[in-house]
Amino acid sequence: MLKAKHRVGLVFFPAYDWAISPSHPEREERLLYTQDQILEEGLFDIDGIVELKPDLAGLADIQRVHFCVPDVWSVATESHFISAGGARTIGRAVMEKEIEKGFALVRPPGHHAMRVVHGSRGFCNINIEAVMIEHLRRAYGLNRVAVVDTDCHHGDGTQDIYWHDPDTLFISLHQDGRTLYPGSGFPGELGGPNAYARTLNIPLPPHTGEEGFLHIIRHVVKPILEEFQPDLIVNSAGQDNHYTDPITHMNFSAQGYAELTSLLNADIAVLEGGYAIEAALPYVNLGIVLAMAGLDYSHVREPDYSPERVRQEPSVTEAVKKTGDLVLGAWRDRGRLRERLLADRGCHRRSRRIYYDTDGINESQEEVVQLCEECGGALKIESNSDRGAHVLAVHIPAKACRSCRETGYRWYDEARVKRFDRIFLQDRPQDKYTVKQKD
Amino acid sequence: MIIGLDVGGTHTDVVLLDHTGIRREIKVPTLHADLFSSVLTGIDAVTDGIDIAAVKRIVLSTTLTTNAVIQGQVPEVGMVVCAGPGIDPVLFRTNRHYVRVRGAVDHRGREIEAVDPQELRAAAAQFQSAGIRHIGVVGKFSVRNPRHELQIHELLRSDFEKVFLGHRISGSLNFARRIATTYLNAAVFPIHRKFFEAVTRALAAKGMVLPLRLLKADGGNMRLESSLEFPAQTILSGPAASVMGAVAMAAGPGDALVMDIGGTTTDMAVLVGSAPLLDPLGIAIGAHRTLIRSLETLSIGIGGDSTVRIANGRVTVGPDRSGPAIVYGGSLPTPTDALAVLGEIESDRRSAAAAGLQPLAETLGVGVADLAAKVMETACRAMVAAAADLVAHINGKPVYTVHELLEGYRVQPRTLLVLGGPAPYFARHLEKLGTHQVRVVPRWQVANAIGAALARTTCEVAFFADTQQRTAGAPGEGFSQPIPADFSLDAAQTQALELLRAKALERGANPDYLEMEVVDSQVFNMVRGFNTAGKNMRVRVQVKPGLIHGYDELLAALAAGAAQGA
Repeated sequence: MLKAKHRVGLVFFPAYDWAISPSHPEREERLLYTQDQILEEGLFDIDGIVELKPDLAGLADIQRVHFCVPDVWSVATESHFISAGGARTIGRAVMEKEIEKGFALVRPPGHHAMRVVHGSRGFCNINIEAVMIEHLRRAYGLNRVAVVDTDCHHGDGTQDIYWHDPDTLFISLHQDGRTLYPGSGFPGELGGPNAYARTLNIPLPPHTGEEGFLHIIRHVVKPILEEFQPDLIVNSAGQDNHYTDPITHMNFSAQGYAELTSLLNADIAVLEGGYAIEAALPYVNLGIVLAMAGLDYSHVREPDYSPERVRQEPSVTEAVKKTGDLVLGAWRDRGRLRERLLADRGCHRRSRRIYYDTDGINESQEEVVQLCEECGGALKIESNSDRGAHVLAVHIPAKACRSCRETGYRWYDEARVKRFDRIFLQDRPQDKYTVKQKD
Repeated sequence: MIIGLDVGGTHTDVVLLDHTGIRREIKVPTLHADLFSSVLTGIDAVTDGIDIAAVKRIVLSTTLTTNAVIQGQVPEVGMVVCAGPGIDPVLFRTNRHYVRVRGAVDHRGREIEAVDPQELRAAAAQFQSAGIRHIGVVGKFSVRNPRHELQIHELLRSDFEKVFLGHRISGSLNFARRIATTYLNAAVFPIHRKFFEAVTRALAAKGMVLPLRLLKADGGNMRLESSLEFPAQTILSGPAASVMGAVAMAAGPGDALVMDIGGTTTDMAVLVGSAPLLDPLGIAIGAHRTLIRSLETLSIGIGGDSTVRIANGRVTVGPDRSGPAIVYGGSLPTPTDALAVLGEIESDRRSAAAAGLQPLAETLGVGVADLAAKVMETACRAMVAAAADLVAHINGKPVYTVHELLEGYRVQPRTLLVLGGPAPYFARHLEKLGTHQVRVVPRWQVANAIGAALARTTCEVAFFADTQQRTAGAPGEGFSQPIPADFSLDAAQTQALELLRAKALERGANPDYLEMEVVDSQVFNMVRGFNTAGKNMRVRVQVKPGLIHGYDELLAALAAGAAQGA
């Protein structure tokens, strides 16, 4: 009988009765052929690969991460609770050492969901990785976490949630934002002043293939992870870099994904996008699971695969290397750059407009973060949507220093319900979520 | 009248029953080296002096194929396997003559690579030179499109006595299990055929000319003729016989746990109402995991003859058996000896049992009666804990829809139905734990044979339709047909049920009382680009395990007998 080198847990939740809309890419059919392939391969019969039943995420799990406007139930369905719960199930099993590694093969995905949620962006409402990570931090005292997002789209939601968190390293590899939704994720986006260079973006040119992806993993991501020394590595495992994906333009393959998985050696993978549901997903998912288990994946190839077909152009190779060097440079220089940013005392502000493509909502945000050498800093977000919602959200980080805690409370206490529909307080040190509103 | 016969590890149990009651029940010793004589002796004994012509039905559950597989006493067969992308099928090797050949289809049944006749002929020549007469042919995704298996069959059929095809074995996806199951069918085929032909001849010589029925691991039966296509389905039918006995005589509304307590092990299963739960994939036997449909069971190494020891200051029971209980001439103490010490089993060797338990009692510094009670409590606690694990395992099975996850049925058995040799003695101690309502199955010593006698014919059909490719089929039934673009899920269900009906009748079911059910029925819109390109449907239908029609009076009498006994 086949025996896995590493004990791997899988939550497989295809949500066969849930879709954004009948012909939307995020629909019932999405994981059907993946299921067929993994059942036919007998993956769950392999000694050391176990299937775990997802449990539901709780309201507190979601409120630990998000400010949902007006409330959680207005922006999340049962399916989101299961999807986030599935990631949490994997996370708990890894922390409890029931499994060495885990893969949450769940839908809907989550990496475009930001801290404030008015609706669905890029098919995402709830950031399932963040829900999992923050749950594990609360339940197990987990500290340093690295999230490596290998979805073809920039993981702007995860970036937003961890923008000010010095304990979370977020690295996103994605197709260049000038050519693909959501249009962000440039190397200059390096995180807030309190968590400078804890966000790293590696945009790749269209048609990047195995060589480019694996170069970045080997020569950029791995050395940075080695230096950061995370307690947990999470891979946001989108599969839309595949050469047959209908909504992107990359040249990646099942072999490439399996190799990437093996190199990255993440503790947890969470499925994100990937919409070549017949030609890619069955093979990519199989390759990822076999690679996590330390089993031979050399026969996992798409029926029409040939290395020549997906080989990248020399110009692509050159561009990829250049971007990699740029990001590595910023990482190595981070101490000096951060000092310069923190030289100003007081608060740091940014204003943003956020578009929810799936739900057609426009949001504008005014964000204020307390500059702090000791913690992530108290954070205040004033958010308006063109649906007429107007809220104030205050976040006190889990490891907030005393001063930032006080600042957070002051902001919350001083905010007047007359001015906002709702005023939220995410008090992470006490793991409490409070809402003020007009009677 | 009906004969039910179950070959067990120690005894072969036989009953003769009719509509009003059990006419005879008999136990004969099982001779493992000569199962044929065990079966014949049992039938001779139970029909002695009876008008043979009045026997209208005979159902056998034997350990023939199980033993052959476990002891590795099967002839060599040839396996031809074609795969395609994925795990290397060399890793699923079942036996020495196992050849991987070209040919592949994908998850929707589309051909990726054609088979190569030359390569196949070479494989056949190699098998023939090794004297192989039976082969198995298995393709990955052959249940989506059996074309390659059929082509290989066509090419090689004349070279071998029998060719077993993977897609006929089960409609379920699982390539490795399909290989193992096809292998087992080919491997036990000659043994199975020879044995039952001999039984048929012997019965005919007695004047019994009626279709022999064989019990399967799923608690249903099939006619001998059908079993020749799927002989491996008779593997591990023994536990199913006992469960069907509990269904026949003790099942009530609500969920229940069946515990068949033997000398060495206790086998457990779960009933929902009067239907036993099935394992979604299939049995495991030796190193083989299969697609042989079976009841969901759990076996633990605790029984009447389990060895009792003290380890780290605590009483342990099992999982091994060192021989018979002291009261039956053994040398190491067992729960049976504890029962004798407690005076719950009559024995003139009670003092020997007490002497056997005495050193253990001294180690713990308690009296021998207290130790005996502790032994029974320990054994029963372990049984109940294992039962809880089985229930947790069943309820912990992943589901793939939001609805099932939130609203899915959770099994919660409150009743224990106990049977097997020491059932009533254990029942008393199980009851003391206070975790379940405990009932001893009437006629607990031959309930397995009664279960075999009254089990109905079962089968299942897997059907799929793909309106984009305009094709529908049930490869397991050798059925496929073109369909129109507007083929509906209703039509798919209707067709699946028709196929099931035909299959059940062929296997020996009663056409007037055929209880068919749809187990699974799913339809997916296939969207390509931003348009619906077709529908993908998967339907599963079955005749689930249960009892044959017309024996309510008998069952009522048996249940009433139990009430009197209590």
